[in-house]
Amino acid sequence: MIKGTVKIDEEICKGCELCIVACPQGSLGLSSHINTHGYRYVELIKDNCTGCINCAIVCPEPAITVYRQPKTTKSKVA
Amino acid sequence: MNQNNNSNNEPRLMKGNEALAEAAIRAGIHAYFGYPITPQSEILEYFTREMPKRGGVVVQAESELAAINMVYGAAGAGTRIMTSSSSPGISLMQEGLSYIASAELPCLVVNINRGGPGLGTIQPSQSDYWQAVKGGGHGDYHLIVLAPASVQEMADFVFDAFRLAEKYRNPAFILADGALGQMMEKVVLPEAGSLPYHEVNWATSGMGKRKERNIITSLYMQPEEMEQVNLHLQKKYKAMQKEVRFESILTEDADILLVAYGLGARICQKVVELGREKDIKIGLLRPITLYPFPKDEIARLAIRVQSILVVEMNAGQMVEDVSLAVNGRCPVNLTGRMGGMISSPEEVFQKVETIIEKQTLTLK
Amino acid sequence: MENKIPEEFEVVYCKPSTLTDMPMHYCPGCGHGIVNKILMEVVEELNIQDKTIGVAPVGCSVFAYNYMNIDMQEAAHGRASAVATGIKRVLPDRYVFSYQGDGDLAAIGTSETIHTVNRGENILMIFINNAIYGMTGGQMAPTTLIGQVTSTSPYGREAAAIGNPLKITDMLAQLPGAYYVSRHSIHTSNAIRKLKKAITKSFEYQKEKKGTCFIEVVSNCPSGWKMTPLESMKWIEEHMFPIYPLGDLKIPKEESKVTKENPN
Repeated sequence: MIKGTVKIDEEICKGCELCIVACPQGSLGLSSHINTHGYRYVELIKDNCTGCINCAIVCPEPAITVYRQPKTTKSKVA
Repeated sequence: MNQNNNSNNEPRLMKGNEALAEAAIRAGIHAYFGYPITPQSEILEYFTREMPKRGGVVVQAESELAAINMVYGAAGAGTRIMTSSSSPGISLMQEGLSYIASAELPCLVVNINRGGPGLGTIQPSQSDYWQAVKGGGHGDYHLIVLAPASVQEMADFVFDAFRLAEKYRNPAFILADGALGQMMEKVVLPEAGSLPYHEVNWATSGMGKRKERNIITSLYMQPEEMEQVNLHLQKKYKAMQKEVRFESILTEDADILLVAYGLGARICQKVVELGREKDIKIGLLRPITLYPFPKDEIARLAIRVQSILVVEMNAGQMVEDVSLAVNGRCPVNLTGRMGGMISSPEEVFQKVETIIEKQTLTLK
Repeated sequence: MENKIPEEFEVVYCKPSTLTDMPMHYCPGCGHGIVNKILMEVVEELNIQDKTIGVAPVGCSVFAYNYMNIDMQEAAHGRASAVATGIKRVLPDRYVFSYQGDGDLAAIGTSETIHTVNRGENILMIFINNAIYGMTGGQMAPTTLIGQVTSTSPYGREAAAIGNPLKITDMLAQLPGAYYVSRHSIHTSNAIRKLKKAITKSFEYQKEKKGTCFIEVVSNCPSGWKMTPLESMKWIEEHMFPIYPLGDLKIPKEESKVTKENPN
């Protein structure tokens, strides 16, 4: 399985939860903490992200950067 | 665009509306957006005929609302733009004018004033004076207002208007009337290409090689910021005061001073003659810029003359600005007709005689 | 959960450089943020940031210029397409779009909208339909659904009193000046992907001077609708789509031929 992960800017996140339902892996959840704007922000709750970018596509802010493991061992040729 | 077509400088006989349109093409306007309305439709007609041949853009908009907003867009994009209309249409343009004034976009708007209020009449009038000089739309702002009194000035003031508009980044306004628009007179048209357009750095023309984007807006959510914008505008309007222009006819020895602009001033020229024939020293002050208004000159003359008569083709609008300038230094009287009617020189002269009689003036 | 990004991982999605750093003011879960972002992604991908000019009028869309890192003009309520016309006519080689809400485009600016499309102005018009006036606090819009409760239809919209929801996009598709008319949504990631394709196509058509491209985005207004963002997305599907079904309303003739001959 492809491995991916996300970085969520918790200060930009407004906790709308659109990404949580967009994630086919159920990797995201609301934090029990709030950010300085008073929103419960979204965080990665499971280590099963595939880097499919669905969460980032639906994020209005946009607060999500998506990373993915390269498919094959990358040759270093530019 | 090609301004050289048809651009010899020999005197020719032209309608005011057409002279104005031809002058605008010679001033190098990039586009004209307008909507038909009497008595200025010749302007739109002239552009729709000439612009395609001479490389300019012309759009007959679906309304004056759309036309003024096309002007807003194109002027914001950094091009030389104009529109024109007549009174009811100018009312529709007030929203856009307020935005244009706040966003500080240079452009030219022409009002060939007809009688109002309401749908009114298609005959000449000066009943839009307040609307023109006090702002017209919402908010504290001013247009630069020029008032031609001949077909020659209908052409010349287009150049003056763009020069001032671009100097101050402010919409300029030509306030003429149905008679000036329709009458034919001899005119020597301004030379094409004599008013180069200078590229501006604030236009929303696409970022190109700029690092910072340009934004044109009139929205400031913070009152502190909005106040600063207003203070900046007021400072600009103060700086504009030095652009005041007027014409003086025999004012220096006058006992009775007439104050009139546009078509009204042409009538008053005859009144001055009628007076002088009878040894009544009448002079005429003709404001050319209605905003800025020649208040200092009026204040100066108010001490020397015995009475002032303001002649307007409305119920008395400029008379308020004259009275403010005079500030009680001498009596200020008013005469004029409304609804598209024009006073004859004899009618105005009769009013002068009445003033002399009532005020029991001892004439020098 | 501690989230360390392994060094060998690559960025596969990030905020486009064509958005500014300013955090968006839109309410949580608002479709405006999604469309602002997608639009700027297209501008970035087509590499047209230097020659794109946007027009955003009064409504929630009015602050779009705070987020879109391109030259922009704010317009009076309803006048965006006239302003865009003015820009495009004097700068025909630039990419010009208007970004308008339903109150703006389909009520106060109906005349400008129809005539801009009828002239076939070479611009992209993006129409955010969330069936409500968002910025002024949730009043009834021309696109408000029958029975929908808003602050000015407190007993629900009644056709007898105020007419039916205005399907302006369907009207515009009838005009010869309209080259490409399509209705999209932002309720799922797939819908957003389709919307992005439509925006990309529209800019390509604009380059070819084909006429007006018009994209309606059936969107949400969680605050105005008094719902959570997730409820609002469900509401779009259940209530908006029956009245505003997704899909192309007008596609270029050349392409429709291709589609007929090769249905796949």
